[in-house]
Amino acid sequence: MAAQPETVEQVRAVTEQKYKYGFTTDIEADVAPKGLNEDIVRFISAKKEEPEWLLEWRLKAFRVWQTMEEPQWAAVSFPPIDYQDAHYYAAPKKKAGPKSLDEVDPELLKTYEKLGIPLREQEILAGVEGSEGKSPAIAVDAVFDSVSVATTFKAKLEEMGIIFCAISEAVQKHPELVKKYLGSVVPYTDNYYATLNCAVFTDGSFVYIPKGVRCPMELSTYFRINQANTGQFERTLIIADEGAYVSYLEGCTAPQRDENQLHAAVVELVAMDDATIKYSTVQNWYPGNAEGVGGIYNFVTKRGACRGRNSKISWTQVETGSAITWKYPSCILQGDNSVGEFYSVAITNNFQQADTGTKMIHIGKNTRSTIVSKGISAGKAQQTYRGLVKILPKAEGARNHTQCDSLLIGDKCGAHTVPYIESRNRSARIEHEATTAKISEDQLFYCRQRGISEEDAVSLIVNGFCKEVLKELPMEFAVEAQKLVGISLEGSVG
Amino acid sequence: MIEIKNLHATVDGKEILKGVDLTIRPGEVHAIMGPNGAGKSTMSYVLAGRDGYEVTEGSVTYYGKDLLAMEPEERAAEGVFLAFQYPVEIPGVGNTTFLKTAINAIRKHRGEKELDAMQFLKLIRAKTKALGMSDEMLKRAVNVGFSGGEKKRNETLQMAVLEPKFAILDETDSGLDIDALKIVAEGVNALRSPERSMLVITHYQRLLDYIVPDYVHVLAAGRIVKSGGKELALELEKNGYRDFGASEAA
Repeated sequence: MAAQPETVEQVRAVTEQKYKYGFTTDIEADVAPKGLNEDIVRFISAKKEEPEWLLEWRLKAFRVWQTMEEPQWAAVSFPPIDYQDAHYYAAPKKKAGPKSLDEVDPELLKTYEKLGIPLREQEILAGVEGSEGKSPAIAVDAVFDSVSVATTFKAKLEEMGIIFCAISEAVQKHPELVKKYLGSVVPYTDNYYATLNCAVFTDGSFVYIPKGVRCPMELSTYFRINQANTGQFERTLIIADEGAYVSYLEGCTAPQRDENQLHAAVVELVAMDDATIKYSTVQNWYPGNAEGVGGIYNFVTKRGACRGRNSKISWTQVETGSAITWKYPSCILQGDNSVGEFYSVAITNNFQQADTGTKMIHIGKNTRSTIVSKGISAGKAQQTYRGLVKILPKAEGARNHTQCDSLLIGDKCGAHTVPYIESRNRSARIEHEATTAKISEDQLFYCRQRGISEEDAVSLIVNGFCKEVLKELPMEFAVEAQKLVGISLEGSVG
Repeated sequence: MIEIKNLHATVDGKEILKGVDLTIRPGEVHAIMGPNGAGKSTMSYVLAGRDGYEVTEGSVTYYGKDLLAMEPEERAAEGVFLAFQYPVEIPGVGNTTFLKTAINAIRKHRGEKELDAMQFLKLIRAKTKALGMSDEMLKRAVNVGFSGGEKKRNETLQMAVLEPKFAILDETDSGLDIDALKIVAEGVNALRSPERSMLVITHYQRLLDYIVPDYVHVLAAGRIVKSGGKELALELEKNGYRDFGASEAA
């Protein structure tokens, strides 16, 4: 069911605090020494008890990374990052490795409760999934700092042959799958941040859906950044084999901190013949304070390969957090008749900067792609939509439709649209629409005259603007996203 | 009771209202007529609290409270409703969502329990039925793609749902053909009650054939220059506004 922006009451419930998730948990960490060199790469690999081939892969990446330079083409600016002044590994202390939730550090569980992720309830929910009107169950692979702490619903998924676990666990238990697909969509030479990730990634999620299986629940990862100066290098790999279906949710919140924190994740998706992967993100990392101090640098590489015929990959993202966002979830449409979708809401307020968009690479015949991007800028924020639609010579009958809408709040922010279109096949049809609008004083007064406060009015209007995208999110995520839209724009008017 | 005393207001530094006095008791319907530029719309915006309409002198006492000290949303919560001359479009926001947000904001202000989805649905169905409207309009985004008549009917529906104590109808007849005008007027008449007062602002007497006022006032050059019963409107229709020192502009 499509999500209605019944936002205001939800927004009201959470608007009391400026940044609700700005707390940290006191857990003694097992931290690698500061700095980045081959020894650190070996240290991480050893900590994870990784096989030789993976260590070699990491080292190759590290050597390539040392020859690379940070990309400068994005419309964002920030002081140089000292990559030697960060820890590249931090793990919460383990007793023996939790076998069940009862063994998980209660501090961690409390943190998740504050974040509204009741793991225990998730298990109970599993029993009632499917009944109409009720939320379907969600399986949570909770990533706390760099180590997966608890994985729920495993048994149930295992029965169906679905693998959903920490990628470090997959390396141990399913090395053939990891070896086959890791780096097959985003190679270790891809780009500065992705290559760094290849060298030092610590953990993340791994999903494999076998042939013909429809995953019965939304799979979900919640990220938290919880160690000062801990770079986060998550690695996610999702494979949907022939005829498989999976919907994956990623949500992030981070504690309030003053120093900037780098996050350079890599997500790889692989869809075989007739497979569908739906990947939804609600990103709410600490954006820095109203003066632009602090906040997360979110430099992420997300890419999906539609390898098989009739395969489909759909990205939906709601980006409200981070000081800087640099992110282009993309689709490589290789299989004939494959479909790529990108639905995005990006909100920047105060001094936030975002350079985000997508790439749709049409290789196979009759491949189709849809891009709907909604950018909202407030305060002194700057936002750029950067998108590439590329039609290769053999992509007979390829089609793309792009819609880019920008909404400005106030007169000190900016919105920019940079579409790149390359077509090398005459039969391709490519459409691009773009609009820019402002929230008008008329609209605000109209809402206020009906009793709606100015902030609730902004939230209502913006949620209306984003509706096309928000309705693509799974129901329970949509509610969270609507709350975030309101929170992110607090103080943007008046 | 609403008591407007010696109200002066400026827009962009220019004085538009130059000492308006008006008392409206519960249940009364007052019409304000006047030539273009007399300050009719300014008066409605000043009463609703729009930014940019600055009160320089005078007072508005609303059921014992200082209306001018309140934010627009507080005035709405206290029962002031402005039916807009040009209702505003809000793309992507469903009419139902908008109304539910509004009524719950107002209920919260009044210390009443907010309506849940079912209660609200029941309420709005009853209101649309009473006004002879179809549910179809509820599903659309607020005023987006609405005809002139639909927009004004939507304003009437909002008024019916929010149940104001004091409704200001700003040029409700503008942009309406005679059939649409009748329908809207019927809706407004259905909302007349001994507890609800109304201020009907119009250029033409036509509207007052359908919404019959208790009192008619002539606003010219920022002041009320003449007051009388409903027959005053007919007189104005015959003689125009020339007698009041303003040039008639259609």
